[in-house]
Amino acid sequence: MAVHELNAEGLNCPLPILKAKKMLKGLAAGDVLKIRSTDPGSVADFSAFCTHTGNKLLSSSSEGDIYLFEIERT
Amino acid sequence: MSDDSTDNAKSMSIIVTKGSLDWAYPPFILGTTAAAMDMKVTMFFTFYGLALLKKKLNLKFTTLGNPAMEMPMMGGHMAMPNLLSVMPGVGGAAGKMMKNLMKQKGVASIEDLREASVDLEIRMIACQMTLDLFEYTQDDMIDGIELGGAATYMEVASKTDINLFI
Repeated sequence: MAVHELNAEGLNCPLPILKAKKMLKGLAAGDVLKIRSTDPGSVADFSAFCTHTGNKLLSSSSEGDIYLFEIERT
Repeated sequence: MSDDSTDNAKSMSIIVTKGSLDWAYPPFILGTTAAAMDMKVTMFFTFYGLALLKKKLNLKFTTLGNPAMEMPMMGGHMAMPNLLSVMPGVGGAAGKMMKNLMKQKGVASIEDLREASVDLEIRMIACQMTLDLFEYTQDDMIDGIELGGAATYMEVASKTDINLFI
């Protein structure tokens, strides 16, 4: 189970989702993608993305201005 | 991506009729996001939407007749009076300003979004009639697009869950 990272800081909608999707495509089932974003809209977006694609949103949190997400590729 | 995502997977079609810089964003943002969420997306480009398929993008933007347009400037928002927007060079400057603003805020360029659309295998159809009308050829457009007419679009739309006219 590998952990991959995506730094989407400074990118606005829809780039965080598009970049995450591109990376998730190359991951094996069970791998985790950790994402950093500065886009406040990405909080709702990643939740919706996971609900719709079936990937698992392991965590959604924030550290000051940075939003952190962990998505497990299913 | 779970194999059984067909329950949730939907399809979307967008008729793209406008080709200015500001109007280029909604179809590409919605299209790429939907495709990123495993939806099957078709984009049908007609009339001024054809400008978005040209090999070399030179999208323009005007404040003329755009009463809702207010640029963030010097801490506030400023609209441009119509009389000013007809002066030579102002349109070009507005376009440049808009592109700079987008870059500054980390908004994707239309070039990037279009490339993402192709990567995400969005089906892109150019309206044959509009091509003929404005005397464009398929060579003027990017590779990987299909040509079709209204019936082609209708056939797709009859089977898609979400159909948008932009």
